[in-house]
Amino acid sequence: MNEMTAIKTTLKDWESDQEVRWCPGCGDYAILKAVQRTLPELGADPAKTVFVSGIGCSSRFPYYVSSYGFHTIHGRAPAFATGLKLANPELDVWLVTGDGDGMSIGGNHTMHFLRRNINSQILLFNNEIYGLTKGQYSPTSREGTSSPTTPLGSVDRPMQPCAFALGAGARFIARGFDTSKNLGEVLKAAHAHQGAAFVEIFQNCIVYNKDRFADFTEKAVADTRQLWLKDGEPMLFNKGTQGLRLNTDHLHLEIVDVVDGDWQAAGVLVHDVKNRTIAHMLVELPMALFPVALGVIYDDPRPTYESALLGQDAVAREGKVANLAKLLAKGQTWTVQPEDQGPLSGV
Amino acid sequence: MATVLEAGANEGRSTDNTPEAVVVRFAGDSGDGMQLTGGQFTLSTALAGNDLATFPDFPAEIRAPQGTLFGVSAFQINFGSTEISTAGDQPDVLVAMNPAALKTNVQSLKTGGLIIADSGEFNKRNLEKAKYESNPLEDGSLAKWNLLAFDISKLTLESVKPFGLGNKEALRCKNMWTLGLSLWMFDRPRQPLIDWLNTKFAKNKVLADANIAALNAGHAYGETAEIGGQVKKLHIEAAPQTPGLYRTITGADAISLGLIAGAQLAELPLFFGGYPITPASAILHNLAKLKEFGVTTFQAEDEIAAVASAIGASYAGSLGVTSSSGPGIALKTEAIGLAVMTELPLVIVNSQRGGPSTGLPTKTEQSDLYQAVYGRNGDTPLPVIAARSPADAFDCAIEACRLAVQFMTPVMLLTDGYIGNAAEPWKVPDPEGFTPFPAKFLEENNNPEGKVLPYKRDENGVRPWIKPGTPDLMHRIGGIEKAPDTGDLDYSPATHQLQTDARKAKVDGIANHIPAQEVSQGTQGGKLALVGWGSTYGAIHQAVRRARAKGLDVSHIHIRHVWPMPTNLGDLLRSYDKIIVPEMNTGQLKTVLRDQYLVDARPLNKVSGQPFTIAEIEAAIEAALA
Repeated sequence: MNEMTAIKTTLKDWESDQEVRWCPGCGDYAILKAVQRTLPELGADPAKTVFVSGIGCSSRFPYYVSSYGFHTIHGRAPAFATGLKLANPELDVWLVTGDGDGMSIGGNHTMHFLRRNINSQILLFNNEIYGLTKGQYSPTSREGTSSPTTPLGSVDRPMQPCAFALGAGARFIARGFDTSKNLGEVLKAAHAHQGAAFVEIFQNCIVYNKDRFADFTEKAVADTRQLWLKDGEPMLFNKGTQGLRLNTDHLHLEIVDVVDGDWQAAGVLVHDVKNRTIAHMLVELPMALFPVALGVIYDDPRPTYESALLGQDAVAREGKVANLAKLLAKGQTWTVQPEDQGPLSGV
Repeated sequence: MATVLEAGANEGRSTDNTPEAVVVRFAGDSGDGMQLTGGQFTLSTALAGNDLATFPDFPAEIRAPQGTLFGVSAFQINFGSTEISTAGDQPDVLVAMNPAALKTNVQSLKTGGLIIADSGEFNKRNLEKAKYESNPLEDGSLAKWNLLAFDISKLTLESVKPFGLGNKEALRCKNMWTLGLSLWMFDRPRQPLIDWLNTKFAKNKVLADANIAALNAGHAYGETAEIGGQVKKLHIEAAPQTPGLYRTITGADAISLGLIAGAQLAELPLFFGGYPITPASAILHNLAKLKEFGVTTFQAEDEIAAVASAIGASYAGSLGVTSSSGPGIALKTEAIGLAVMTELPLVIVNSQRGGPSTGLPTKTEQSDLYQAVYGRNGDTPLPVIAARSPADAFDCAIEACRLAVQFMTPVMLLTDGYIGNAAEPWKVPDPEGFTPFPAKFLEENNNPEGKVLPYKRDENGVRPWIKPGTPDLMHRIGGIEKAPDTGDLDYSPATHQLQTDARKAKVDGIANHIPAQEVSQGTQGGKLALVGWGSTYGAIHQAVRRARAKGLDVSHIHIRHVWPMPTNLGDLLRSYDKIIVPEMNTGQLKTVLRDQYLVDARPLNKVSGQPFTIAEIEAAIEAALA
């Protein structure tokens, strides 16, 4: 996010007049609402807010928010946003992408955008499938995913977007899911972070990958399957009866039972958003064996690319006058005189 | 173009018979500093008031194995007392620093031309590497040329002995020794070179002094006539030039300066997104050093990100520019389509090189005209401008900025490896004489009835430019087909027809806002017109000049605005009996002209990676009029 004067808006002010064209029941609706509900809470100014997207279902998002918006081409949104931020760092930029757009065709740009650390929020809607092209498997699809292009089941191993982002050098990693009541808080934390804030949002594709995340998003299993992280607080789940502990012999996380709420005795880790090593372990926890780590996993700001680059440029400009005539006549010149049409002076 | 050196083949050279122009080719190993030697000779030639043109010809490898045929690097300069517009055809003088350089270049030397060879490098090992069975300096195989062979290596080592350099470092001064001899031969001043060496090696006085000593020794070697009667000092008279301040300029420098001037005239910050590629990188290097002119440069992760960042910057209200060569332009194509669709300003510089694919990275070609005019998915028109020479590239860059800003469109500026690397004298323009074209941004709602209309077109079909951050004008743009005025998503049949027509009409209409096509030499109407574009200008110009001097009815038309073309071009072409289109491709402009005007344009094609020679074009003129 950027420093800005808080503007008073309501949810209505962020709804555009465009008809929303996602499939009925799509998780994108819930995410859109969460964003539109959060923006007034942030005091965001629609005139200074820009949503930039690539291609895919998620990338239709900008059309539905009544701020500025740029629906670009497949996978390249981070590159457009880079130019946008370098030309006007005052703008509050949100990138909206998906697992195909951001991790497959645009993986290279996502990597460099995170590495450079451009101040913005990246919302990656992960539904583990290609929706807009009708259901092909994606780089986050689990092994064995049957799809039109993998009728016998996919054989390649899926990637973990958050692990990718950490590997690329991201300084903010968070996770949420479409229908979660906590999504707004996650978005606020991302917005508060100075730099590229990477948010993976698990999103239910009602048509091609229905209920893919139900095993941890459903209310009935929420307690045992969701680990909501809070900085400075113990990593507890299942109503505080279980927690995560660091096995220092083998350097991995393990589940421990907490008796009578005495999590210290059980050796449960306290979440430290600046601990990059633990963040890596949290995002790579096998989903089948562990609860899913959600909330702000990592948050440790570093100077942004645009502040460094534009700062360097400003220093380079100091004390210099942009004189075009002088620039054109730079280097060794000579003058042809009218009388003799011969060279007189070499400079 | 009679030259003294030709005459010298038979009867020895006479200083009375002063040549109009002389072509000198420096050739050596890519590590021998031939580009440097040529570049410095260019400078001293320009300072002597000669008109000139140069042609650097170097291998794609940075340091190809020493002494090999493919590691030869050459630099050709044509200078003289008449107007020069090409780097010349066959050299009059060839400076060959090793057997490989001799072998790869001697066949282009004029009969009777002069070979200066470093006999010290003609040892068994180097002869083998160059695939010579016997030493050409001794076996009489060079009989049709004048040969001057002496041990430049040894003479150089002697001249720099007092400075105590290592053998390797000392031998590096060979190029300066050769340069000294060349300066003497053509009566060029040494002082600018001495000044330059003192600046270049300011931190290493010994190297500066050693190089200067080598330069002076080469010069003295000529002066003291140790080399017999063959080389007499040649003084080329200064060419008449329009009075004013001059400098030499390469195409890459001219484009960089033109872009800066263009952004200033548009009153916009300049954003340049680039990715390194031969031969286009020089523009990014240049602009990165000129931040005080409101320039932001960004080396992107790839070609796609380079153009995308430039479009993002244009969206934010800067003048977005990207540059590349053919393969990189191919990668940028989808994003360029988005700039057409969203109607945002963008300048794309294509420094063409030999293709397809990686092709000939360091050689020149004009084979991206189809790519520029047609090479995108959908009906995606954009203006295309082609520079004809290094100096012309400056004006073309300004013109590209003007069209982009005034018509909210991407503009492709075509140049090529030859223009980019070649140098010519440039009369430094006075910025006071430039016409500004300030960009206008929409600040107030243009729709009294309701929300802002980002795709409401003006009388030229141009939509308003609205910067994000402007209060109350929030709107969304993107690559999907959109309704007129509102820009709302709309892929209904009528809308797509209407918007496709509107985008085409806007670009077609630019023809009414560009200069009419002129005849650059000759007459309107006649027996034959040579129609060119881009860097073939010089060769066509000289060939037509020579043919006209012989009384042939031939004219030269050179097209800058490749798309859309000037409104008078059709009538102009139809005023000639015959049309020949010389191009360094297999006939791309020829096809466009036939398509646009139903004229019988005939091709004259060359795709060898080398520019046309004047003689090749002259022969085509004579054949057509025979």
